[in-house]
Amino acid sequence: MARATTTRRKIITTVAAWSIGLLIFFPILWTILTSFKTEAQAINDPPLFFFFDWTLENYAVVQERSDYMRFLWNSVILAGGSTLLGILVAIPAAWSMAFVPSKRTKDILLWMLSTKMLPAVGVLYPISLLFVQFNLLDTHIGLIVVLMLINLPIIVWMLYTYFKEIPGEILEAARMDGATLKEEILYILTPMAIPGIASTVLLNFILAWNEAFWTLNLTAAKAAPLTAFIASYSSPEGLFFAKLSAASTMAIAPILILGWFSQKQLVRGLTFGAVK
Amino acid sequence: MGQITLNQITKSFGDVQVIPPLDLRIEDGEFVVFVGPSGCGKSTLLRLIAGLEDVSSGKITIDGKEATEVPPAKRGLAMVFQSYALYPHMSVRKNIAFPLRMAGLDKAAQKEKVEAAAKVLNLTDYLDRRPGQLSGGQRQRVAIGRAIVREPAAFLFDEPLSNLDAALRVNMRLEISELHQTLKTTMIYVTHDQVEAMTMADKIVVLQAGVIEQVGSPLELYHTPRNKFVAGFIGSPKMNFFMGSFAAEFGAATIGVRPEHLTVSQDGGKWAGKVGVSEHLGSDTFLYVDMDGVDEPITVRSSGEVGFRHGDTVHLTPDPDKIHRFDNQGLRMA
Repeated sequence: MARATTTRRKIITTVAAWSIGLLIFFPILWTILTSFKTEAQAINDPPLFFFFDWTLENYAVVQERSDYMRFLWNSVILAGGSTLLGILVAIPAAWSMAFVPSKRTKDILLWMLSTKMLPAVGVLYPISLLFVQFNLLDTHIGLIVVLMLINLPIIVWMLYTYFKEIPGEILEAARMDGATLKEEILYILTPMAIPGIASTVLLNFILAWNEAFWTLNLTAAKAAPLTAFIASYSSPEGLFFAKLSAASTMAIAPILILGWFSQKQLVRGLTFGAVK
Repeated sequence: MGQITLNQITKSFGDVQVIPPLDLRIEDGEFVVFVGPSGCGKSTLLRLIAGLEDVSSGKITIDGKEATEVPPAKRGLAMVFQSYALYPHMSVRKNIAFPLRMAGLDKAAQKEKVEAAAKVLNLTDYLDRRPGQLSGGQRQRVAIGRAIVREPAAFLFDEPLSNLDAALRVNMRLEISELHQTLKTTMIYVTHDQVEAMTMADKIVVLQAGVIEQVGSPLELYHTPRNKFVAGFIGSPKMNFFMGSFAAEFGAATIGVRPEHLTVSQDGGKWAGKVGVSEHLGSDTFLYVDMDGVDEPITVRSSGEVGFRHGDTVHLTPDPDKIHRFDNQGLRMA
């Protein structure tokens, strides 16, 4: 009996998991499918699933009309730059919170997280003014700093949790062995936290890659990433769903591939310390 | 050189003072053991010497130089931790070489010193393994190796053997004593195990609630404990205490007699009691004797095998020269 119940339960959970997975993935799948349709087929009623004339026409048009590579490059610079900068700031911050906490450490962590609860548009005006004042509009450096700041609470939180798993005695041993603070972080803490740091980097790279509010508001042409590339297909010429889908597919493809290849690392990082 | 002086040092965590003003002098080359029950402040004291904790007040000098504000890395001390605290991402070779690398030694000198240390500690075959691939005893040896390559002014050991099994513990105890004989460097060793303290120390510091109860050689503590706490803590099995009329007879509030200083006989003696449990160790027999008017069973240590059974009535006689007398403050009476 017990065996039958487990088998049935296994089937139910498997079906449920696949259904939820498909449900979540469906918008992406639909976007990809639509990108291979003609504009007429894209708005066909009833919707067409697999039986339509597959065409690469949309990709050709999108490629012809806009410089995909430039947007891609900007996305890489912004996501990569902001993540790198964020990690450099967050490692020392998380070190101090994990290993030399004060009475206020918990409050600071919560306060940092609370900034994520503020709607971004609430600070659009002051930040725009700052950007104008310091000539940062449509520049890489300005965007890198803003993206780094909005993701910093998450980076610090994640690293803080990973660092908490590292026994303090090992760092004390390094101190006794003559390591300075910098050497202790560089030679002992960072290598030991590599799985955690890697998953933090990946997650933040993905978050920064997909960030659309600030990248759309603070860039025009020079520093515009792929979010702006998609947006440029959204409205001015009416509803061209197939072309918009092609642009979207091109924009998400790199990050999707990166995520696919690094999923093992991501999962390992997210469960770091659970089993040791 | 490794002469360490603690002058009126205190340590508080928040409002709680864990170490009231304390003075201690450790001579160069001495093997000093801090011993006491858990929570007595012995590890905190070691960490204050190491510099891993800051003193709340007072002064620490190492080899005559003020070290109170000196960071741990610059005190010239090496520490072996209870958890070994090896660097898991480095090979044994790199673990041992780490302090040398931090000191900026060149590669060739590092290699030479690491290999010399590995030879002393029987680690030569394991140099390229990671700590995770080693047994507990080997890990402990790596931790010691990492300490000795620095040629420190003093070694600090924080309960280094408590994670090892009993047999290995005895071996490592001998190895550490051997090491002390060879290196002749000051060693400060923290343990809650009085057997480790008695067997290894030149000088034992008995601590209770952050206060030094007595400092002395193992035999000094054994023969002339300054108070009841030290008397009960040093020696295994524990000293027996008698109060009331038993003690009044000797003009004291409490008297203490060690299990090995009681003779047991069935024919007659000073005190009568009934045999409870007897433990046969072969070389010795421990008898636990219940006596009227004494709360805890009295432990008696007899050489060889003794044929008493549970419930037998026996008579105990203390060796009159080996009775420890304590006043009502628990202090030793002359």
